[in-house]
Amino acid sequence: MKQRGRAFSLSFMLLFVLAVVLAGCGGNNTGGNAGASSEPAATATAGASAGASAQPSGEKPKVAFVYIGPPGDGGYTYQHDQGRKAMEAELGIKADAVENVPEGPDAERIITELAQSHDIVFTTSFGYMEQTLSVAKKFPNVKFDHASGFKTADNMGNYFGKNYQASYLTGIAAGKVTKKNHLGYVGAFPISEVIYNLNAFTLGAQSVNPDIKVDVVWTNTWYDPATERQAAISLLDKGADVLLAYQDSPATIQAAAERGAFAGGNDSDMKKFAPDNYLTNPVWNWGPYYTKTVKSVIDGTWKNEQYSGDMADGMIDLAPFGNKVPEDVQKLVADAKAKIISGELNVFTGPISDNQGNEKVPAGKSLTLEEVLGMNWLTKGIVGTLPK
Amino acid sequence: MDFVTPLLIAAISAGTPLLLATLGGILNERAGILQLGAEGLMLMGAVTTCIVFIRTENLGVALLASVGVTALFGLIHAFLCITLRANQTMSGLAMTLFGSGFSAYLGKSISGNPLPGVLPRLHLDFLKPVPVIGDIFGNLDVLTWLSFVLVIVLHLLIHRTSWGLHLRAVGDSPATADVMGVHVRLIRYGYVTIGAMLIGLAGADMVLTVAPTWNEGLTAGRGWIAVGLVIFARWNPVRALLCAYFFGALDSLGFRMQLLGSAIPPYFLKMIPYVVTILVLMYLGYRNRNKPSGTPESLGVPYVREQRF
Repeated sequence: MKQRGRAFSLSFMLLFVLAVVLAGCGGNNTGGNAGASSEPAATATAGASAGASAQPSGEKPKVAFVYIGPPGDGGYTYQHDQGRKAMEAELGIKADAVENVPEGPDAERIITELAQSHDIVFTTSFGYMEQTLSVAKKFPNVKFDHASGFKTADNMGNYFGKNYQASYLTGIAAGKVTKKNHLGYVGAFPISEVIYNLNAFTLGAQSVNPDIKVDVVWTNTWYDPATERQAAISLLDKGADVLLAYQDSPATIQAAAERGAFAGGNDSDMKKFAPDNYLTNPVWNWGPYYTKTVKSVIDGTWKNEQYSGDMADGMIDLAPFGNKVPEDVQKLVADAKAKIISGELNVFTGPISDNQGNEKVPAGKSLTLEEVLGMNWLTKGIVGTLPK
Repeated sequence: MDFVTPLLIAAISAGTPLLLATLGGILNERAGILQLGAEGLMLMGAVTTCIVFIRTENLGVALLASVGVTALFGLIHAFLCITLRANQTMSGLAMTLFGSGFSAYLGKSISGNPLPGVLPRLHLDFLKPVPVIGDIFGNLDVLTWLSFVLVIVLHLLIHRTSWGLHLRAVGDSPATADVMGVHVRLIRYGYVTIGAMLIGLAGADMVLTVAPTWNEGLTAGRGWIAVGLVIFARWNPVRALLCAYFFGALDSLGFRMQLLGSAIPPYFLKMIPYVVTILVLMYLGYRNRNKPSGTPESLGVPYVREQRF
């Protein structure tokens, strides 16, 4: 009986600690934002409306960012943070940023807190869409801008970019440097954002090398290096000699470098992790967009637009090539890049069929942006199916 | 190569950090002190390795520093649990929480920066002609070899030496050990500290072999898996090796199944390690229903001389 009593008290303790932990985690998220959230809520509402009415007179707006990860992730959040800094330098204002905000109820709480004391809130992850929308309805005087989603409101716009253009260019490089005509793609989640990048990568490779086949595995992670390494090794073991990963960690590049294979990552320049084995990959450049948007808030010309950046306006770019990517390959990619910028080349132009043999884009037709954003099929040449 | 050999290689590479952390946990708990702080200690080991490696560009110094820092954490855990007789569950969870947060704070300055090197590997060319063995053991890194050595050393230490007898006595019945003249507190302090150092080494191994950069929370729960593996292995170093590689293989198996075109959704494959854990625990529980579980009998119980329980 003594033992059992002990076990009970232990498990009670455990539950208590867990409760404290969970509460603590919630609290942590605002930690990075002491300046913004510690402003008392009572004054905040008044402040917000005053701020909103003061905008046309040219007063500096209060800007907030909500990040899904830490700015030090060297990837997606890092690029947003670079964009924030560029905007701050350009406009001479100081923005608040809250990092590591989980998608879900926590996000709604934090967006609400930020809305009480800011004029515009950028929410930078797909999973914040519903929460941003719900908070936007409660704060009609505050502007919201949500990255990568599709819902808007009178005071909520969204923005993202056609990063598949850069995936297509990465595919061209991959299709040229592969010796086995066998590429591997370490997919994050089987969602349309990853699918259209995978398809663009495959189409790019096939545009220079029709025999290409692409193996894909899904890790269901955005940042878990140990898992992503195993995914990369599995692809290498199956014979792929060029890998591209959609996650932020350099695990895939490291695994490929150990075998002398080429690899690229996502979101930011990852050349430094293995300069000789690095291929290239799509990178984000958010600075100009953030500057433009905050400026429109200052001018009072802000509209709830759905903005889609591309290689022409510079929101999307390609990272510098690795040391061992041959000159002629770089030249080929540069030519294709020029065609994409001029509008001559559209990545999703038919004929394109899926890997089940169904025609998806007829010859001479191109997909609309809406069709691209809803993509749920794998193009011919990709081995594998989408998980049901 | 066939299907099995690459899987074994992947199992060893994914299993080594788990193995090191599990061995650390075994030493801790053999001495009767719970160790739930593995996740935090691994992160501290990882961040220290990254910071010192980037600053000094010397791998040896970086590894020593990470072991040193986690030894300090081990000493704090030991002080709380042994001297102050604090609740060991609480102290362990505090280690995890503090380690996770503090490592994220310390790592801010170097987050996303590449490490200046990788672990040296032992190229054993004379093994190359041997079919499977050569593929598996011909090109392993030094920490993997260290983990092999540690398994053997710890196995002999625990089961074949008088030191091991003292360790087991302290974990099973500290009062008896005390009567026999064994210094219970000293032994507990020692093994909690050494255990923490091994767990720190597991964190160092993760950053050095998996992805050559620091990012907060990069262990993604592997410390907790190690806590489970200690129990799974029933506090035995050799079984720890098998269990760690088994889990390592499961980490990799899901992707290999995807590539074989299996119709099983990846979500289900991700579940496999946990489903297998439950099944194996059920099987072992059934098979060993009439045997002792192997749990050190005084695990989690502070020892106070002459106090009755």
